[in-house]
Amino acid sequence: MAGTGVTWLGTPTFPKAARAALGDTQLRRNLRKATHTIRDKRAAAVAELADWERLRAAGAAIKDSALANLDVHLERLEAAVTARGGVVHWARDADEANAIVLRLVRAAGADEVVKVKSMATAEIGLNEALLAGGVRPVETDLAELIVQLGRDRPSHILVPAIHRNRAEIREIFRREMPSASPGLTDDPRELADAARHHLRLKFLSARVAVSGANFAVADTGSVVVVESEGNGRMCLTLPETLITVMGIEKVVPSWRDLEVLLQLLPRSSTAERMNPYTSVWTGVTPGDGPRHFHLVLLDNGRTDALADEVGRQALRCIRCSACLNSCPVYERTGGQAYGSVYPGPIGAILTPQLLGDLSDPQQASLPYASSLCGACFEVCPVRIDIPRVLVHLRSKVVAAKSGASPEAAAMAALGWIMRDPRRFEAAQRAGSLARLLARQGRISRLPWPGSRWTSARDVPAPPRESFRAWWRRTRG
Amino acid sequence: MADPHASARSEVLGRIRAAIGPDRPRVRIPRDYDARREHRDVVELLARRVAGYRAVVRRVASADLPDAVGTLLTRRRVRIMLGPTDLPEEWRVPDVEWHLDDPPLTVEQLDRADGVLTGCAVAIAETGTVVLDAGATQGRRALTLVPDYHLCVVRADQVVGTVPEALARLDPVRPLTFVSGPSATSDIELDRVEGVHGPRALEVLIVS
Repeated sequence: MAGTGVTWLGTPTFPKAARAALGDTQLRRNLRKATHTIRDKRAAAVAELADWERLRAAGAAIKDSALANLDVHLERLEAAVTARGGVVHWARDADEANAIVLRLVRAAGADEVVKVKSMATAEIGLNEALLAGGVRPVETDLAELIVQLGRDRPSHILVPAIHRNRAEIREIFRREMPSASPGLTDDPRELADAARHHLRLKFLSARVAVSGANFAVADTGSVVVVESEGNGRMCLTLPETLITVMGIEKVVPSWRDLEVLLQLLPRSSTAERMNPYTSVWTGVTPGDGPRHFHLVLLDNGRTDALADEVGRQALRCIRCSACLNSCPVYERTGGQAYGSVYPGPIGAILTPQLLGDLSDPQQASLPYASSLCGACFEVCPVRIDIPRVLVHLRSKVVAAKSGASPEAAAMAALGWIMRDPRRFEAAQRAGSLARLLARQGRISRLPWPGSRWTSARDVPAPPRESFRAWWRRTRG
Repeated sequence: MADPHASARSEVLGRIRAAIGPDRPRVRIPRDYDARREHRDVVELLARRVAGYRAVVRRVASADLPDAVGTLLTRRRVRIMLGPTDLPEEWRVPDVEWHLDDPPLTVEQLDRADGVLTGCAVAIAETGTVVLDAGATQGRRALTLVPDYHLCVVRADQVVGTVPEALARLDPVRPLTFVSGPSATSDIELDRVEGVHGPRALEVLIVS
């Protein structure tokens, strides 16, 4: 589909992709280790704040109040950034945003850009668009670099290479990094050091940087990037030109709102009291940092999500990825099965809303990529009721399907049977025959059309006798 | 279309207005979270939390500051130190080559130095954070970024307990950098290791 790059072309539906992922034992081991490590740490970081639940409520309200008057806040943000020497651009979709960035990079006379990790630029496929336009994008976040060097796809919002363990990362570095020593071990410290040397010269000589934004303050025009490694600071400070691509839902009304969000985000995401570096800048500061600052405000489906009164809460998301780390489905399938740059529970509600085509089988499969256990809602720092939105989207999926679907046919048949007691009893007797298919009380393979159900789950064997038959025999 | 920028802008704003509809939800933000908290000793808490990030922390009396700076620099065998243009004279201890940012140092000069000495604007005890705002004794952002070692002096009266208290003291339109420990990454198996692109060593002197 032109204009959006959220999902990868040709990605299979979630159940198909999940089956392949479940067969990869290395992947499951890597994910289990990483998600369990971070889950326990997050719980400890959150337990330290007695007012955590009040912060969550405030965080949700701050994002809701931004969305309730989004047009007003964006216009104020634009005015404030412009007044401080920045230039604001508007992009309706991915193609438009990519074209703006490419034009700005060319105008700066650069054929290479350093990039700070950014979900928005991953969503619009900026790297591919830059390459097609003759500009080399260099990812500088360690995990993004691992993905880029491994010619891989991201599988996590915060740590795109979470599916790789240290040994795999060492192999990628040895193969793809000219500066990496052949004696490189898989010690994380050594791996981080190799990345430092690989990127150092790029940072010191880059003319253009591209970043995303965690927050932007409408009142003041201040833009915020939260990071750990210092690659963000390098990109935001050293090049002459800085281009920031930001989803329109990242705006918050006032500076004071950050006192809540800067507490919620690090504890939810890396389980730290505070992430190592947070940068805040407003337009251009003479003698300090880039001389040219461009802010690209991106819609790309966000206004469609905003129009849905239940679904719009997905736009509160601050991309912490706590919902991924706590999700039993994500833990087993990994992020790539979701076929989107936004995996996990938040991806299951965000991707179909950004793309907005539930007649597409892949998009329509995402709201079902959940057991509705509710762990995601419990950990969400801005209280997105993900299970509720999942159910809401499932009803939209059903509505988008034609009446000829297998479920619709089955429901119609069931209605016909249950309207007549004799037909119902006959059907129950016939159902008991299914016991013949059972092994140890479970049926793992029903004949078609039941095979569509049992392809992903077992069915308990029906009892020998129906309730009606039992009642007649014992009381009748 | 005459001006694609103008039409993109008006179209996005138009979509937003249509999506919200005429009855805009009125949202009240509950501010009943703890803007401040009682801490017996915020300076002591700051010291503990910064040390928790594997940064070196020392508490010194004002008169002993130059000696403390000298001791730390000697221990690291530092030869070339950088500083902002207004770095106090008494912080510039002998036996070290001091390069101040006037005229502005080139990126190569920043890269060749062994470290940088600055003050800060605010420090947050609960999170172990020092905040730089390019104000007095701090200089521009690149100064504390390119050198591999950052020694930061915090005055006790700059220490607050909580994030909300710190934000209230800061001017958002200045370039701000919140620093919580040395640069680190959690990108390998979601486990934190210190030392990537930013300064790999952070040392903090708290003066009271």
